[in-house]
Amino acid sequence: MDKLRLRFRKTGKAVYISHLDLMRVMQRIFLRAGTPIKYSEGFNPHALISICLPLSVGTASECELMDFRVTRDVDLAALPGTLNAVSPEGVRFLEAYEPERRAAQIKWLRMSCGFDYDTRDTSALLPALEAYFASPEVKVTRRTKRGEGEFGLAPHLREMSWTAEPGIVRLECLVSAQEPTVNPELLAASLREHAPELAPDFARFTRLETYDADMAVFR
Amino acid sequence: MDKALERILPAVQKPARYTGGEYNEVVKDKREVKLRMAFCFPDVYEIGMSNLGMRILYGCINAEPDIWCERVFAPWGDMAEQMRENHIPLYALESGDPVSAFDVLGFSLGYEMAYCTVLDMLDMSGIPLRSADRPGLVPLVFAGGTSCCNPEPMAPFLDLMVLGEGEEVDIEVLRLFQKARDEGWEKRRFLAEAARIPGVYVPSLYEPEWNADGTLRAMTPLEGAPERVTKRIVSNLDAAYYPTAPIVPSTEIVHDRVNVELFRGCVRGCRFCQAGYVYRPIRARSAERVIEIGKESLKNTGCQEATLLSLSSSDYKHLTAACDGLLDWCEPQNISLSLPSLRADNFSMELMSRLQKVRRGGLTFAPEAGTQRLRDVINKNVTEEELLNTCRIAFEGGWNAIKLYFMLGLPTETDEDVRGIAELASKVLHVWRQYSPNKQRGVRITVSTSCFIPKPHSPFQWEAQVPMEEYRRRVELLRGSITAKNVSYNWHDADTSFVEAALSRGDRRVADVIEAVWRAGGRMEAWSDYFRFGRWMEAFSSCGLDPAFYASRERAEDELLPWCRIDMGVRTGLLLRERHRAYEARLSPDCRAECSACGAAKLLEEGVCDG
Ligand code: SF4
Repeated sequence: MDKLRLRFRKTGKAVYISHLDLMRVMQRIFLRAGTPIKYSEGFNPHALISICLPLSVGTASECELMDFRVTRDVDLAALPGTLNAVSPEGVRFLEAYEPERRAAQIKWLRMSCGFDYDTRDTSALLPALEAYFASPEVKVTRRTKRGEGEFGLAPHLREMSWTAEPGIVRLECLVSAQEPTVNPELLAASLREHAPELAPDFARFTRLETYDADMAVFR
Repeated sequence: MDKALERILPAVQKPARYTGGEYNEVVKDKREVKLRMAFCFPDVYEIGMSNLGMRILYGCINAEPDIWCERVFAPWGDMAEQMRENHIPLYALESGDPVSAFDVLGFSLGYEMAYCTVLDMLDMSGIPLRSADRPGLVPLVFAGGTSCCNPEPMAPFLDLMVLGEGEEVDIEVLRLFQKARDEGWEKRRFLAEAARIPGVYVPSLYEPEWNADGTLRAMTPLEGAPERVTKRIVSNLDAAYYPTAPIVPSTEIVHDRVNVELFRGCVRGCRFCQAGYVYRPIRARSAERVIEIGKESLKNTGCQEATLLSLSSSDYKHLTAACDGLLDWCEPQNISLSLPSLRADNFSMELMSRLQKVRRGGLTFAPEAGTQRLRDVINKNVTEEELLNTCRIAFEGGWNAIKLYFMLGLPTETDEDVRGIAELASKVLHVWRQYSPNKQRGVRITVSTSCFIPKPHSPFQWEAQVPMEEYRRRVELLRGSITAKNVSYNWHDADTSFVEAALSRGDRRVADVIEAVWRAGGRMEAWSDYFRFGRWMEAFSSCGLDPAFYASRERAEDELLPWCRIDMGVRTGLLLRERHRAYEARLSPDCRAECSACGAAKLLEEGVCDG
C-alpha cells in the first residue's frame, strides 16, 4: 500500500478555496492527523498530493478525488474520520481506498446547476431553456491558452434534465470532464452571449458524480 | 451562506479571505453567550491574520466561555465596492452576522496609516463615526494597539482606548460593559466608570485647549478621570495566555506560519525606536514554555514553519536552549525554524547557520546609520567591525545576499553620514570579494532607506522630521554615491512618511483631517494602490491645519504634547536624558549592562526588571 485515493466533499465556505490553496490545506490536514504522507526528494520537499480534477473557485463538489502517497500502511476505514476531525468547514472526507484506475479515465461529470431568476417567471423560461440547450448548435466563445475561439457545447453535454421552481431553474446534466474539459459556467456564459433574455441573474454549480467513458461510476 | 454574499464572491479577487470557516476558528452558540465582540482589524485578512497581537487577543477573549469574539477585516477595494453596491454591511467571519449586531467593536490600531480604514469599517457597518454621535451604550467602540500611545488623532471616533497589552484590560473592560448593559447604564456613566480601570483612556473625559500658536495649552481631565493613564502589561509571560491552537488560514496570508513569542520589550534603547520604549520592560518566556508552545502550535496547525518572534532575538536569554529544544523536535519532521531580528554578531551567525541548512533567502541587518558617529547618536550599539565580521561569516557560510536597512533624516545627520551608507555597503562588497568561497554565484547587496519618523514616547519625540525636499535630496545623494553594480538601492517614498509623521504626533484636530480624507474616498492608505498624497494635503488645508506643524516642527521640551496624559512606563526625564546624550553622540548602556532607572520596572509585580 503506497498510492491511495480519497473521495471528499468540498461545499459551503470551502468552495472558495482555490486549487492551489487547497493543496496546502490538504497537506496540513494530513500533518495534523498524523497521516504518514510521502514527500518528494530534494531541497524543497513537497507532499505528494494530487487532486484528480481541479475545481474552479466557487463550484461545489460532492465527489472530489485526491491521490496521495504514504510511507507506511494506514487504516483506510478509519482515515476519513481521522481527517474530518481536523478539517476546515466544508471539507469532508467520505472514503479512502487503493485506486485501481488512473484519473485520466474520468470522462463525464454529473453536475447540478442552479440558475437564479430574481424577477422572471421560471416556468415560462423553462421550455425556452430546454430548447436552447437541445440545439446541436449551442456554442460559446471560450478563452483557452491558444486564444479566444468559438466552442461547440452540444457534443459535450448529455442527459439534461430541467425543473423549475419559483426563482430558480435547476438543471442536472453530464458535462465532459476531460478532453475537452467543460466548465459548467460555460452554460451560463453561452446564454449571456447568445440568448441574454434567458441568462440567469446568478448561477451556481455542484459536481455530483464522476464517470468513465462507458458511464460507469469512476472511483 | 448569505445569498447576497454568494453572488458577489465569484466576482472578487481571493474570495476565501471573506468566508471564514478555517480550521481552529472559534464558533460559539450566539444564543448561549452573554457578550459578542467584533475584533476589527483595519487592514485586509492577509495582514490581520499575520498579526500576532490579534491572534493572542482573539484566543484570550474567546477563552472566556460566555464571550464570543469574532474577526472582522477590511475588504480589499473590489470587495468593498461590491458590498456597498449590493447593500451588504460589514460582517464578521465566524457567524456572518453584521457588525452592527455586536455589543462591542474592538479595533486594533497598529499603524497610523490604517486610521481611515477604521472610519470606513464603521461606515460599512452602518455605525456613526464619532463617539458623540453614538449616544447609546451599545455598541461600544474601542481600540487598542501601539498607535494608541498617542490617542488624540483618533480620539473623537473611539469611546475608549486601552493602553499597552490587552490580555487583562480587555476582559476587564468587557465585563464592566456587560454589567453596564445588563443594568441599563447611560453611556456617560459607563465611560466614567471605565476610566477608573487602569490602562483605559476615555478621550471624551480629556478636554484639549489651544494656545494662539496652535500648540496645546491644556489637556484637562473631566469627571474625575485620572491625571495620567498608565499602560498595562502582563508581568509573567509563562503564566500568560498564549494561543497554541491558532486559526489555520485556508488561503495564503503574509506570514503563514506558527509564531512563537520569545519575550516582550527590548533591552537596547535605540533612540529612534518607539517599540524599544513603549514595550518596556523586558519580560522573557522560559525556554521550556517556548518549546512547549512551539510544539503544540505546530501539532495543532500542521504548519511546516515556525518563527521565533521578538524585537531582538539575540537578546533572548534562553535562545540556545529554546532553539535546541525546538530543533530536536522539528528537524526529523522537516519543519523549519526561522529567527528574524538577529543582531549582527558572531553568535547570531552560528545560530543562523544551524537553523538554515539551506541558505535560502538573504540575511538582513539594520545598522540604521552609515557612520559610527550617527550610530552613537541613535544609540545603535553596532560597530562597523562587528557588521563586517558578521558579513564575512555569512559569506564564508554560503550566503550571497545581504540586505542592509538604514534611515535617512535622523537628527544631526550630515551628508557625510549619508555617503557613509554607500561606503559601508561597498565595504561589505569588499568583504564578499575577499572571503566568498564561491564567487561565480555572484552577490546581491541591497541597501534600503526609510525616512526617519519621530514617534511619541521615544527620545526623539521632540524632533523635527526633515522636510521632504531635503529627504529627497539625501536619497539622490546616496543614489549617486552607490556606484558598485552589485549594490542595489531602494528607498521609501517621501509622501507617505510625511503623512505618517503628521499623524503619529497629531493632536485631536487631526481627527478632522482623517475624516475628511475618508470622505474623499480614502481607505487602506497603507497601500500604495490606494494612498493619494494630494487627498491628504487637501484635507489638511480644508481643515485649516498645516501638516508641517505636526511633522517638521521641533517641539520645545516644555511644550505640552498631545499624548501628555499617557504614561507608557518610561519617565519623560529619561527620554530627555537620552535626547541630550544623542546630541553629544554619547552611548547609553543597555538594560543588562546597567539599569537606567527608566521607570518601566514599576509596571512589574516584583518591581525589578529581569530579562
Ligand atoms: S527599569 Fe532599568 S532595566 Fe528596566 S527597562 Fe528601564 S532601564 Fe531597563
